[in-house]
Amino acid sequence: MNKLLVSPSPHIHSKDSTKSLMLDVVIALLPAVLCSFVFYGWNEILLMLVSVGSCVLLEWAVTKYLMKKPSTIGDLSAVVTGILLALNVPYTTPWWVIFIGALVAVCIAKLSFGGLGQNIWNPALVGRVFLLVSFPTYMTTWSQPQGLFGADAVTGATPLGVIKEGIMQGATVQDLMGQYSYSQMLFANLGGSAGEVCALALLAGFVYLLCRRVIKPWITLSIFGAVALTSLIFWGIHPARFTDPVFNLLTGGLILGACFMATDYVTSPMSTKGGIVFGVGIGFLTVMIRYFGSYPEGVSFAILIMNSVVPLLNMWFKQKKFGRK
Amino acid sequence: MVNIIIWTVAVITVLGLVLALVLYLVAEKFKVVEDPRIDEVEKAMPGANCGGCGFAGCRAFAEAAVKAPDLDNNYCPVGGNDVMARVAAILGYEVKAKAPQVAVVRCNGTCQNRPKTNDYDGVASCKVKAALYSGDTGCSYGCLGCGDCAAACQFGALSMDLETGLPVVDEAKCTACGACVKACPKHIIELRNKGPRGMREFVSCVNHDKGPVAKKACAAACIGCGICFKTCIHGAIVFENNLAYIDYAKCKLCRECEAVCPTGAIHGVNFPKPLDKDAVKARIAERKKKAAEAAAEVKPVETKEA
Amino acid sequence: MAKRTFSIGGVHPHDNKISRGCRIEPLPLPPAVYISVAQHIGAPAKPVVAVGDKVKVGQVVAEQGGFVSAFIHSSVSGTVKSIGPRKDLAGNPQTCIEIAVEGDEWLEGIDTSDTLVTGIPEDNRAILEKIRLGGVVGLGGATFPTHVKLSPPPGSQCERLIINGCECEPYLTSDFRTLLEKGEQVVVGAAILKQVLGNVPCTIGIEENKPEAIAHIREVIAKLPYKDIEVMPLKMRYPQGGEKQLIDAVMHRQVGSGGLPISVGAVVQNVATALAVYDAVQKNKPIVDNSVTVTGECFPKQANLLVRVGTPLSYIIDYLGGVPADAAKVISGGPMMGRAIANLDAATVKGTSALLFLTEAQTRRKPQTRCIRCGKCADACPMGLEPFLLNRLVKADDVEQLEANAAQDCIECGCCLYSCPAHIPLLDNIRMGKGAVMGVIRARAAAAKAVAEAKK
Repeated sequence: MNKLLVSPSPHIHSKDSTKSLMLDVVIALLPAVLCSFVFYGWNEILLMLVSVGSCVLLEWAVTKYLMKKPSTIGDLSAVVTGILLALNVPYTTPWWVIFIGALVAVCIAKLSFGGLGQNIWNPALVGRVFLLVSFPTYMTTWSQPQGLFGADAVTGATPLGVIKEGIMQGATVQDLMGQYSYSQMLFANLGGSAGEVCALALLAGFVYLLCRRVIKPWITLSIFGAVALTSLIFWGIHPARFTDPVFNLLTGGLILGACFMATDYVTSPMSTKGGIVFGVGIGFLTVMIRYFGSYPEGVSFAILIMNSVVPLLNMWFKQKKFGRK
Repeated sequence: MVNIIIWTVAVITVLGLVLALVLYLVAEKFKVVEDPRIDEVEKAMPGANCGGCGFAGCRAFAEAAVKAPDLDNNYCPVGGNDVMARVAAILGYEVKAKAPQVAVVRCNGTCQNRPKTNDYDGVASCKVKAALYSGDTGCSYGCLGCGDCAAACQFGALSMDLETGLPVVDEAKCTACGACVKACPKHIIELRNKGPRGMREFVSCVNHDKGPVAKKACAAACIGCGICFKTCIHGAIVFENNLAYIDYAKCKLCRECEAVCPTGAIHGVNFPKPLDKDAVKARIAERKKKAAEAAAEVKPVETKEA
Repeated sequence: MAKRTFSIGGVHPHDNKISRGCRIEPLPLPPAVYISVAQHIGAPAKPVVAVGDKVKVGQVVAEQGGFVSAFIHSSVSGTVKSIGPRKDLAGNPQTCIEIAVEGDEWLEGIDTSDTLVTGIPEDNRAILEKIRLGGVVGLGGATFPTHVKLSPPPGSQCERLIINGCECEPYLTSDFRTLLEKGEQVVVGAAILKQVLGNVPCTIGIEENKPEAIAHIREVIAKLPYKDIEVMPLKMRYPQGGEKQLIDAVMHRQVGSGGLPISVGAVVQNVATALAVYDAVQKNKPIVDNSVTVTGECFPKQANLLVRVGTPLSYIIDYLGGVPADAAKVISGGPMMGRAIANLDAATVKGTSALLFLTEAQTRRKPQTRCIRCGKCADACPMGLEPFLLNRLVKADDVEQLEANAAQDCIECGCCLYSCPAHIPLLDNIRMGKGAVMGVIRARAAAAKAVAEAKK
């Protein structure tokens, strides 16, 4: 022993660190990533590499040369952003488009606000929405999964897209729904962006995060609840015009968004109460956009809109303080 | 088409007029009448809003100064006598000039003088550290080295010397606002009169421990030996709780205390010449010899008369 | 039935009770003890001995220095060598009475036998006086004088006495060993306390990681003739042993901000305090020793020792083989709320419950990173506060908002800093903020009092 250490209490600390939490998120995303590799093949692998690589590289370069601060790539948040971004675009997207997405996500949505912890919106979602409005052709040309070893890419639209289109042309939901089955949606194989294909893989990751106590379930559950309830009401009133709750829960990016994007620490409320309000808001807005908006899918927009009111939610919905009303 | 344009213009114009009227009425209703001298005084102030005067800012000082019957309790240390003269002129008060002051760091516990006995592992704040323990050296009184004073200084006059671990005052920039004095939990920093041409003499230690304890903790500590107290012929040294303190009102800057201090705890700054210890000591010895002779001469006389 | 626990926050650090198997053994007498006059909350005691005096064990060496203060007794027999400042474990000078040990002669009237005395005196005032004269203070950590706590302010009514046997801090085992080895005495002490409080029912709260203690105390209660004493096993969770948390767990009542436990009809006393009450009332024995856990993974010899008050820490450590080479920090108390020791020459006080050795890897703080707004601190806070927000307000020096966000309610349990994945020194800062708010509250109260008096 040489010099005694002296510090204020507590003297022990939990093993969590920003890096370990982010690593857990990466691990939780792995099943979905592997699924997307299997279903979409080499294109998807390349896309993932470009997305993660450019996110990490951009963060390193910007923090080092523009912000002149110690690099923050060690916390793995850029890796998470990269994976989420790649899972959020169709596998047919060209590599340079996803690079632009990464640039927007990391440089504009995250670092220009001061880096991890300071951003208002989920970086991957900002990147995705930017691409969606800038390159609609690439972002809405969905392809039927072709498989790691398969050929014959079939270009088509997502179930949500097909139904939106169909309804606008006057068809009823029942007619359009004939081509899809719920088990197909649950186990994969419907047209969509990479992360929308296998609900089970995403849910497995979500359960992993819950077990590791990285996130709490309230936000995700309240999104599911709000989506189910809102669509149940509309579907109950007019089943020919509106899709049913199960379809709404299983299609599109809802599961990816609810499990991994809405639960992002930085851009979600701190308290459980706030989280539930946040989740209900996302669920409600998602269904509204799907039913009445001009885009077939609304999860990204719904999350971004609710991200912007998080500071207010943090102010309004506080945990009950001990011994106070 | 034209109709729409006309209507739009009309509606917006009316709306603008109505809102302007509302704004005007509200402004009229909530108008606060203020003494115009407050603005004038505020303009004369340095505008640093440092709080050195004891008020929340220059405006608060101005309000207080206008209200007060005289300027005895309101003094801006940053602006000094110049600013106060201007303020006095605006308000028609008399101002008493004060001697300019400067912040003095009364600790010389450098890394060399004061070896570390433990390692601090908390937030880098003297306040936090002081609440926790006495500091990472054997000295319970000295500088904690986390730089709360430097952080408190708005004028960039204080900086931490990384080599010594102690704060250094840039006299040219120091305005004697006293922010560092308030920030230091160990009460090491003191505002002292700048002295003629900046010359001043002070004890650079606040340790109240007994000699051996203080000496063990820090090579430059005041060990409370009292030699300075015995040497000073001006009565400028206050000696209390094993610690000497120089009263600057009485100090004549003779530097004798500095010469006799065994640990070098007494510092003199801005003197034109470096201190020649031997010469001063010789001078003291001479004086003592004379005094002893004088006493010896007086004594026999006394005995005769007795 | 689901085991009870408190309702908000809390963390689950590994309990690491590695010294749970070690019996409480008396430590050999040191050559000299240094008894501090400020061992309790409140005014320091006034020394009543002079240098050169001969004292016996249990003799008063310093008397109560105010209403909230406590008597201090000599823990050894011998000669008073000096009275003066000596550095405490934080390195700050405190007035200490140094007594050189000569033999072990106890003051007449102190019963040092092991016989259990179960008959409780009937006069409550006499009991309270004995507790006061015995220098009994709360040994759970706060060292608040017990006789003050047992004299509730007029108008308040105690409904339940809670004996705190949670020992929720990791590593500590002295209360656990006390329950096992001196369970009878603790229960008699509890019976005395509940009689003083007006024959209220008594609950002994013990966390479920101590099943032996729960079973043993249940046996003891069945054997002894006291009514209305029960054991309540509690779910393991830190900071269950916090006074407000324990009342919440046992009675489902929450003490309001700034309120005392008595405001919800509860009085909480620690296990060691109950034992000290037993000693003071039944045996005339003041607090001269207390049990101290010496532990840590890097410490080769785990022990629970009965240590005389004022024993130098270095003497205890040397007795067990010295500070291990890989120990980086020595803590007085538990790892969550204990104080890091800067000066191993300091002496023990009544409230010293443990010496814990931690290695660099176990205790060194990791470099701070950015807040990622994960809310883990808010989830962990047992008072329902928002540590991330308070931390920000302290940095902005916004005392008004700190008070609005209840910084003064912080119990400094350390859950926020423990759980922060960004390793932000939340509690370090919040403690400062709490201090500032408390200052404002006190100033306001003083001003209000002055106004009220002026009106009179």
